[in-house]
Amino acid sequence: MVHGELWTVKELFVTPNEYIYWSVQIVMYPFMTGLVAGAFVLSSLYHVFGIKALKDIARFALVFSFALLFAAPVPIILHLQHPLRGVNVMMTPHFTSAIAAFGIVFSAYGAIVASELWFLYRKHFVDVALPLKEKQDKTPGEWFKFIIFCTLTLGVYDISEESLHRDEKAIKVLAGLGIPVACFLHGYAGFIFGSVKANALWMTPLMPVIFIMSAVVSGIALCMLTYILTMEIRKYLACRKQSPTYSPECREEIKSVEINVIKMTSRYLLFFLTFAISLELLDLIFRGYTAVKSWDVLRSVIYGKDFTDIFILQYGLGNLIPFILFLTPGITIKRAVIGVLLVLFGVFMMRWNVVIGGQAFSLTFAGYMHYHLPIIPHNMETLKEGLFGALGVFIMPFVLFYFMVKIFPVFGLKESH
Amino acid sequence: MISRRDFLKSAAKVVAGASIPLAAIEILAPARVHALKTDSSIRWAFLVDTYKCVGCGFCVKACKNENEIPYDANVTRTWVERYVLTKDGKLYADSPKGARDGFTGTKIDLGMGHYQDIKKEDIKKAFFVPKLCNQCDNPPCVQVCPVGATYQAPDGVVMVDRKWCIGCGYCIMACPYGVRFFHPKYHTAEKCNFCYHRITKGLKTACVQACPFGARQIGNIKDPNDPVAKAITTERVGILKSEYGTKPQVFYIGLDEEVR
Repeated sequence: MVHGELWTVKELFVTPNEYIYWSVQIVMYPFMTGLVAGAFVLSSLYHVFGIKALKDIARFALVFSFALLFAAPVPIILHLQHPLRGVNVMMTPHFTSAIAAFGIVFSAYGAIVASELWFLYRKHFVDVALPLKEKQDKTPGEWFKFIIFCTLTLGVYDISEESLHRDEKAIKVLAGLGIPVACFLHGYAGFIFGSVKANALWMTPLMPVIFIMSAVVSGIALCMLTYILTMEIRKYLACRKQSPTYSPECREEIKSVEINVIKMTSRYLLFFLTFAISLELLDLIFRGYTAVKSWDVLRSVIYGKDFTDIFILQYGLGNLIPFILFLTPGITIKRAVIGVLLVLFGVFMMRWNVVIGGQAFSLTFAGYMHYHLPIIPHNMETLKEGLFGALGVFIMPFVLFYFMVKIFPVFGLKESH
Repeated sequence: MISRRDFLKSAAKVVAGASIPLAAIEILAPARVHALKTDSSIRWAFLVDTYKCVGCGFCVKACKNENEIPYDANVTRTWVERYVLTKDGKLYADSPKGARDGFTGTKIDLGMGHYQDIKKEDIKKAFFVPKLCNQCDNPPCVQVCPVGATYQAPDGVVMVDRKWCIGCGYCIMACPYGVRFFHPKYHTAEKCNFCYHRITKGLKTACVQACPFGARQIGNIKDPNDPVAKAITTERVGILKSEYGTKPQVFYIGLDEEVR
């Protein structure tokens, strides 16, 4: 069977070779890179612009961004027909292609996040490695820990006041440098779509900007969600009677910190969300007003076939309801969780409506293609490019985050950057 | 010990002195060197006379066999479209299985298992349009390939390197004509290449040879004595989707504005 035939249903006049070639994994790709970029921008708001209110979530966002970074290229690998040849992009990059720079931009960004993390956690590495070095008879577990942290220090054990101050400066520079690179990484994902002149829905210079804005929105939302989850776990642990840190006051303290952070962060979320929606609506209005040749088919897709996906799921459920939830005074944690979940869903639907919606009509402008997401996998293709492949990609950063926190603890560190 | 000032002075002298002879050297892009070395007296072009096409599908069959595209796979390097315009101003068009088996009935394939039979007296006009790769002068598929696996030969034909293609599908998305697809067996991007293995040996393409009515012709547009070049330059011909700026090199006689 031809690639794409399995999940494509053609209606009216569609040329023989047209299928939905870019399926759910290509929806996941901008979604995941968007989360990476967004999480990083959130952490930089504190490190660069010194927004004190975001201090608690900044360190957390940076580590999470690093975990997401490893998950971002996975959807592409899963989508490639020849995944083992993916490295060709690095070997013979063809620079007239928007995808060619992916390896370079991605590695550059990865290097920035990794070095920022190193400066941020350098003291912690030394603090862990030094006592272990002194210790005489180490258990195998301690040996393992010692080797890891010893390697992570990169041989630098100077943690004097002066050098830590220099670290802070380096973090500021890297975070500042990281913002344009993160925006580029994601704006560039938008460019991949926006520059396809053959696709009437994708081709707009607004695409990269829309992608960046929605990326920041989704990144902030995911950080808020994960932050709430970890705080809830801490709260649960703090009020367990057997726990050594048990104290009812501690619980209240965590709760007040949590709600404060959520309040502050949601303001930035709404700010970027407004930007994203304005740009998307501008694009839609402009298309309708100029009404070029492709508008007839686009209108039938936007207001007809994809109406539920676009106006009910994306704008309604994903944008309008969270807006109301966050703007109504007296926000609670429960409401915030529902809000950020809906925002994440809305951004996912936006990616879906761009990627799948862009392939919902034929090049003939006289036919349609319907996408049916493979749910139960019955071969490699339906596993990779089906519901389970997409879910796997979404869960991956959380699993990575779990392991990363063991090396980069996000809570309970005394010193403040 | 050399002082910093002296070092900078001498360094400036060396740079200035070296740049004079270096200015005489021109850096050539690999593509340009290739173009200089190869014979550029050939530019393949295709001419389709839509008046002559009857929709028999022999070209599609011949192409599938010649180029090893699995016969029953629902993809094809070339295909024929049927257009039926009714008196009430509606357009019906289809290309079932790329017209591999020819248009033998009057029912229009509407997809999803629906068919529409149109009465003869309701038809305003109807015609067939063969389609194939346009071997564009400004090919968007070549532009977007991230690894350079798809390239344009000096004689204008765009080809795919099956050993290097990563299968990202960006070229398929970038083609405004829908001529590209994934090969069901090799899982790499696939497209019409004017039967490059034939035309470079002086043969006609499989579809040109198979067409019983001479609706398809291939020639060298740079050769003034070539009958196809003559026809393209002297007759009124049209191209598909000029708005994309791809400069297609498949020319059509009798192209209707309804052709997509």
